[in-house]
Order: sequence, then C-alpha cells, then structure tokens
Amino acid sequence: MSEATSPKIPVTVLTGYLGAGKTTLLNRILSENHGKKYAVIVNEFGEIGIDNDLIIGADEEVFEMNNGCICCTVRGDLVRIMDGLMKRKGKFDAIIVETTGLADPAPVAQTFFVDEDVQKNARLDAVVTVADAKWLSDRLKDAPEAKNQIAFADVIVLNKTDLVTRPELAEVEARIRCINPYAKLHRTERCSVALADVLDRGAFDLDRILDIEPDFLEADDHDHDHDHHHHDGHDHHHHHDHGHGLKHYHDEEMQSLSLKTDKPLDPNVFMPWLQNLVQMEGQKILRSKGILAFHDDDDRYVFQGVHMMLEGNHQRKWKDGEPRESRLIFIGRELPEEAIRKGFESCIVS
Amino acid sequence: MKEFTPAPDSPSIVSVTDRVMPVALGMAVTSAHFLANRAAFVGGEENVALVDAKGEISKVAVHSGGILSTASDGKRLVMGGDDGKVVALDAKGEVTLLATDPKRRWIDAVALHADGAFAWSAGKTAFVKSGKLEEKSIEVPSTVGGLAFAPKGLRLAIAHYNGATLWFPNMAATAEFLPWAGSHLGVTFSPDNKFLVTTMHEPALHGWRLADNRHMRMTGYPGRVRSMSWSAGGKALATSGADTVILWPFASKDGPMGKEPAMLAPLSARVSVVACHPKNDILAAGYSDGTVLMVRLEDGAEILVRRNGTEPVAALAWNAKGTLLAFADENGDGGLLEL
Repeated sequence: MSEATSPKIPVTVLTGYLGAGKTTLLNRILSENHGKKYAVIVNEFGEIGIDNDLIIGADEEVFEMNNGCICCTVRGDLVRIMDGLMKRKGKFDAIIVETTGLADPAPVAQTFFVDEDVQKNARLDAVVTVADAKWLSDRLKDAPEAKNQIAFADVIVLNKTDLVTRPELAEVEARIRCINPYAKLHRTERCSVALADVLDRGAFDLDRILDIEPDFLEADDHDHDHDHHHHDGHDHHHHHDHGHGLKHYHDEEMQSLSLKTDKPLDPNVFMPWLQNLVQMEGQKILRSKGILAFHDDDDRYVFQGVHMMLEGNHQRKWKDGEPRESRLIFIGRELPEEAIRKGFESCIVS
Repeated sequence: MKEFTPAPDSPSIVSVTDRVMPVALGMAVTSAHFLANRAAFVGGEENVALVDAKGEISKVAVHSGGILSTASDGKRLVMGGDDGKVVALDAKGEVTLLATDPKRRWIDAVALHADGAFAWSAGKTAFVKSGKLEEKSIEVPSTVGGLAFAPKGLRLAIAHYNGATLWFPNMAATAEFLPWAGSHLGVTFSPDNKFLVTTMHEPALHGWRLADNRHMRMTGYPGRVRSMSWSAGGKALATSGADTVILWPFASKDGPMGKEPAMLAPLSARVSVVACHPKNDILAAGYSDGTVLMVRLEDGAEILVRRNGTEPVAALAWNAKGTLLAFADENGDGGLLEL
C-alpha cells in the first residue's frame, strides 16, 4: 500500500448524459485560477479552449479483455493516450477524462484497474457525474446510460437546479438516492461547484474508502444554501420514511445493497465467496466497496471493485475502541439481494 | 568474441562496467538508435540527443511536444509527435518535416522501409509515402497500434484491435486482414518475411505464418511485451516482459509452433528492453531495476554492463557493425560501451 517513488497522477472521470452540463463543468475547472495544469481527454475538440492545458481528442474505443469475460472492457484509446502522456510527465498535474453522454463509465474505470502500465503511473480519483435536475428523472426511465452514470458516480453534480421547483428537486434527488445513496451530491446552477468537491476526492483510494456511509445520512453536506433542516431525532439506519416529505423510490432495476455485521468474518469463507460472487454476478454489480473485520486479525481489510475486478488490502490496525464492524456495499442492477445477504451471513464466524 | 568467454574460475559474473563511458543526457529517454557513428537518444519530448564516440552530446529539437513513435534504418530517424508532425533526423543532425496531420492528431506510430519509404498513423488511418509517389492511406477498423514494413516489397502491416491488416499501398487489391481477438499494439515481420508477430495489450505475443495464416500463440508473460528484437539472421525473436529474456525460436519453417521459448538471463527484475547484436548471437537486455546485461544466446552466459539501482532501462541500441552499445534509463542516465 505504500506510495510508489513517483506520485501517481490523479485521474477524474467526468460523465453525464447529453446536455447535462459536462462541458460547462470542464470549462469551469480549467478556467479557475488554481495554478494547476490539466491534461484533458475529450471526445470533441473545439468546445473547450484553454491554452494552458493539454487537450487530447479520444475515440472511446471500448475493447474486451481477452479473458472470456464480457464485462471486462477497457478503453483502448485511453491505454494509448496514457502511454503518450507519460512521455510528458511533469508537464501536467492531473488528468480529466470526459466521456460522451452515452458512455458507460465502467470501461474507463476498468482501464485503471487492469492495465499495468496505466496503473503504475496514474490513479483513478473519482467518477464525477453531471446530472440535469430538470430532465434526469425522465432519462432514468428511458436511458439506461443515464442510470449507469448515476450508479457509478462518486460525486454527482445535480445541475440546473434553478430550472426546477423545490418539489421537483426533491423528487429527482430521491430518485438519485434510490440508485446511489453513497455518492456526494452537490446542487448547482451552471455547474458552480467548488473544485475541491469534484477534484482530488480519492474515491478509489483504499485508504479513504471510509465514505461508505450513505451521503444523505451524514451532516447536511448538500443542504447548506437551501432549507437547512436536520435529521436529528430520526433513526438514521432505517432507510424508509426519512420524513421531510422525501419520497422513497424504488428503482426496479438499479439499486444499492448495504450489508453490515459487528461479528468477525472468516476470511477463508469470505474471500472465496466474494470472488465467486463477482465472477458470477459481475455483470450486474457496477461498484462494490467494503471495510472488513476478520476473525483473529488486528488489521482492517478494505476492498473495492468495478464489475468483476476487485482490489483489496490490509489497510491498518483497528484502533482501540473503534468498533470492529464489517460493512459492504454493492451498487448494481437486479442484484440477487437474498442470495447476497445469505452468502454474507455464512461468512460470519459463529 | 573473446569478451564473451568468462574465465573458468571467475567467482561471479564478468563485468565490463568499468569500460562504459557514462552519458548524462539530462532528459527522459524512450529509445536509442545509431545514425552513422553517433548514438541518437530519443527524448520523451522535443529533443533527440546525438552522442559521438567521445561522449559529446548535441541536442536537436525535433518536435514541439511529446515524441510518440520512432523508427530508424541507421541512416535517419523518423519520428511522430503529439504535435501532429512526422519528422526525420539525419546523421548530420538535420531535421526535415515529412508530413503534418491536418487535424493535428497524435502520430501514434511510424515505420521506415529499407528503400526510404515511410509510414505513419493517426487514429484509424495509416499513411504511406514512397519516393515521388503520392501519399496513400488506408483506414482500419480501430486505432492503429503499430506499423511495420515487410522486408520485401512495399507491404505494410498495421496492428489494431482484433488483428492486423496487410496492405500493399501500390496495388489495387483489397488489404488482407489477419484476425485474432484482442488489442494488437506492436508489430514486426521476421527478417525472412515468413512470419508476422504482434505484441498485445494483454501479456502475450501473437504470430501468423504468412504462407498459410496459421496462428502462433506466445503467452506466459507476467507483463506486457514492449520490446522485441530479431537475432542476427532472424533465427530467434527476443522479447521483454518477463524476469528473463524470452527467446522464441524462428529458425524452422514452423517457427515457434509447438516449441518452448528459451529463457535467458534471469534476474529478480523485469526485462524492460532487448536489442540483439546485428552480427553475432548476442543480445543486450535492460531491466526494470537499471541493470544492463550482454547475453550469449547459445548458453546464456552473461556479462554485466550496468549495475542495478536506478530507473528502468528504456533504451538500448547497437551500431550497424556491432562495435558500440548505447543504453539509457528512463531518467536519461546512459552510457556507451565500445567492444
């Protein structure tokens, strides 16, 4: 887990359905006075024009890995572009990959898991999804890509909030939350979001995997300039009936599943179970994360995955007084919830 | 060569490190070549450093950005850059602009033919310019990974996703497609023109026997193969990608089909670059820990050229006579060894 000799370059993946405001956010990032240089990988030249940065045109070539797994896809063009960019190390501080509106973020993320050379030089920082407050609810019904992008996100920039009424906003947020309760959500107009909220998030950093609590159960991170209500007095661990008039939606297809136990897990049962689960159901599981307390093990184990790809490591010693709990989340479509729950329970040391 | 005969009582590996003339290039290096009697170290961006036998360095600006691809025939160096330009550098140090991509796309691959023709690629399109003839181009189904000219005739191999395309730019016939699932990045013809070999995105090579397009799978590498070099006479193909030099036999008409490769010069570091001697059955191998070895193909006897403890070796080249070896690591710390 120790950092390599030369620090890895952070990569932010910027997704969002057509017209949501990706280019606006990109231009905002690039034009802000941050003193950093970005290499920006875009699909369309011309829409952005900041002289100081490296702009590279990409073709979004999605390649299947030659391992018989149809969900193991990578962006072939990214492998090539990263290779070329590494010849200019030191000329930029970070990389932003903009995807087309119809793109699945998984191949981009998987490129950073699978390709040895890419992994050596760069690290995936976060998937940032720009969503259109006015149209997202409709797109979630008719565009599977839009749903994928929400499910995959570490950060969601809910844009164009000035074009909707407060109840409409509450509805779209509820729809987002039923798919992905874990992403950080920021309400914006014209993508005016603090750069620190979208860049350098460390969302794929195993050491910072702690953001495993649903975002909307935490302090009102996204509510600051709106009606400032508090959740106090509510039981935060019951996901239904939040009050505040927030409806609970159930997306038929895409959902998240969270598992938790304060009893230790047997690594000899858990590891094969998890491996097997992502082997069998990897196409359905978009993202997975976990913090694990193993039996007779004083170290916390953390893992994360994208489809079938998993990476995990012993992270650090459990602190004195820190509850030794295991928590897992899965975000995916048509997750076999009962089977996953049963499988997880069978990993608990009785 | 007498240098390759270790003394019978030698306690450890023979070393010629004290005979190396160190060269500090002061720039990131990605490959090395020889132009006449000067070594040409290609930088990661902008410059090529020409180094003569006395160690004198002269830097030549060739691109206004990253240098993405390089090919050399010993007389000139052809390079493609992220500035959308194809340029040539000759032995005198003179730079010629050969082509400019109208959309300023990256020039991902270049190749050079013995008769002076050259090829380059941008995106899915490969281009060939031969003598006074007009530039010709072909589009393949996905971005070009690599280019290579056949040793005979004007025929270009284009590596891409799910296979390679063989194209005669001066013939009307449609190009031939050699399919194999996966992403093909580098490509080379065997010197006898009988085999085509590609490096793949996954840790493997793939080969075709051109007479009948029979497949040759060359797998088992722990890492991606980035460097290939044909031994003198084309009897074997040396490759990087493992913690030994992997040497595939190509002397028989079946090539490596059904055969095991030789594994030479094992170290506890990954081979990062290989370069076969142009005349003798010797190769030079650079490793991820900075080690450079000379290895005799016959029995794997090793001579230490450079010790470990630095960045990975990025560049290795022999001059045409095989009397000079040039090497450099990724940071540009290099050397010249005269044999």
